[in-house]
Amino acid sequence: MSDTRATAGVGGAHWAWWTVAGFAALVAWSAHGTRVDVGALLGAEGLGQMTAYVAGLFPPDVSPPTLRDAALGAFETFAISFVGSVLAVGLGFSLALVASRTVLYRGILYAGERLAPAGRAGRIGIYALARGSLNALRTIPEILWALIFVFIVGLGPFAGVLALGVHTAGVLGKLFAEVIEDIDPRPIEALQATGASRLAIIVYGILPQAAPQFLSYALYRWEVNIRAAAVMGFVGAGGLGQRIHVAISLFHEHQLLTLLLAIYVIVTVVDALSAYLRARLL
Amino acid sequence: MASAPTAPPAARFPASPSRAPFGRFLAAAFTVVLAISLREAGVDPRLLVQSDAVGNAARFVRGMFPPALGVDFLGLLVRPVIETIQISLMGTTIAVVIGFPLGLLATASLMWRGALHERTPVARRALLGGVPYGLARALLSVFRAIPEYVWAFMFVRAVGLGPFPAVLALGVAYGGMLGKVYSEILEGVDSRPIEALRAAGASRAAIVLYGLVPSALPHLVSYTLYRWECAIRAAAILGFVGAGGIGQQLALSMRMFQFDEVLTELAVLFALVAAVDFVSGRIRGRLV
Repeated sequence: MSDTRATAGVGGAHWAWWTVAGFAALVAWSAHGTRVDVGALLGAEGLGQMTAYVAGLFPPDVSPPTLRDAALGAFETFAISFVGSVLAVGLGFSLALVASRTVLYRGILYAGERLAPAGRAGRIGIYALARGSLNALRTIPEILWALIFVFIVGLGPFAGVLALGVHTAGVLGKLFAEVIEDIDPRPIEALQATGASRLAIIVYGILPQAAPQFLSYALYRWEVNIRAAAVMGFVGAGGLGQRIHVAISLFHEHQLLTLLLAIYVIVTVVDALSAYLRARLL
Repeated sequence: MASAPTAPPAARFPASPSRAPFGRFLAAAFTVVLAISLREAGVDPRLLVQSDAVGNAARFVRGMFPPALGVDFLGLLVRPVIETIQISLMGTTIAVVIGFPLGLLATASLMWRGALHERTPVARRALLGGVPYGLARALLSVFRAIPEYVWAFMFVRAVGLGPFPAVLALGVAYGGMLGKVYSEILEGVDSRPIEALRAAGASRAAIVLYGLVPSALPHLVSYTLYRWECAIRAAAILGFVGAGGIGQQLALSMRMFQFDEVLTELAVLFALVAAVDFVSGRIRGRLV
């Protein structure tokens, strides 16, 4: 017994050393490839430049027009993240239902009866299609979706809403489907024993069990989305990002600091709201 | 934010009657906020079905097929792909370099609370523990509240175009996230080995090295790997502001309306992300 453990320990140590060595080599390779120049960055000149840049941001511009602009931008960013997340929950949930094998063709819901081969093949097809769409939605980054929707519906926050909505639908749909496939089968057996229909089982057996996790994931993605919504404007999809883009491009440092503070405030507010709701509801 | 949460199974369903008023309040608040947000965000579904929109969407989809698979074009993608991997690795490394020290400073049980500080005078505890603790927390929260994309644009302005600003942006933004989660992990470490070390008269550095870090290490490494997975996605899009990687290529193809190239680049991105997830998942599986 102790022998095995000793050997295992030695093997583990070797493995760890090889990993560390390999990792160090990878980092060196990456540093070379990305032309990281730590010397220049942390040298007197680099540090001086950095300090000067940060110092140049102060004081923040608190003139009424800038403040109003920052508040409007923050408000718009909040709206984009909120509507985008709600849209994502709706879309993601609909797709998750047909991306769950246990809802469509397999498992306890179908224990009692055999689906006709053609029907079963059709359902497997629907499942594959739903999973495929979820993958596609998720693979395309939010910012690229924003560019696509700016191309389709024009400039403005609506493009940002759609971008967040579809990308996050891909993420949430996958998570929701995993939750649905993973739930405790016993309440479902109980419902089945009472002769409940399949729809009734989904509504009363599956969804109530899954709801808290759905909510938890949705809140988590909202926190991600408020950050994403703050940069949508870089490609013309509204919110604080648009104003930040202008401020950085035109070297309006004091305005930039005001807008960065606005991001900080809105992100912190959403994080706190989400944490409060999580504690209160779950 | 950060780690994907998992809720416990529904322990309290259906909701008890005492919670009903809160539910009603929440539903009302949700409706009002949604209504205001819908207006504020300019949501107008008609825009989606007007002829321009449908035409543009059709142009986009038609333009994607067949995907661009010319040898020249594929050759053009090799460098950005390698660069994206390098950005993610280097960015995560810098994030650890920033996040780990700040994370230690932001750990209450290390700085001013608990077994380690039972006999420290209050003034000393506040000055040498509380002040750096507060500063580290504030710094971390600023680092992670500003999205990496905004950091990248600022660094592009500061150090010029290329992969370097992307590395810095990931380092700072992810440093903020890692630091916070590191401090939470360290906070949750079993305090008994630490008390034992302290009873043996170990210095504080020795306690950190031999008591704190070893028991937290698997979790620290595992979370760092998870962040690396996120970093590869982020590295792939930072190019939109000119910070190198596959994103720069993607933004270029998009702006030139070369949608067939966009499709190929997306496929490459998908493969890249899947590969990193696989590698990271394997290592994490061995760790925890």
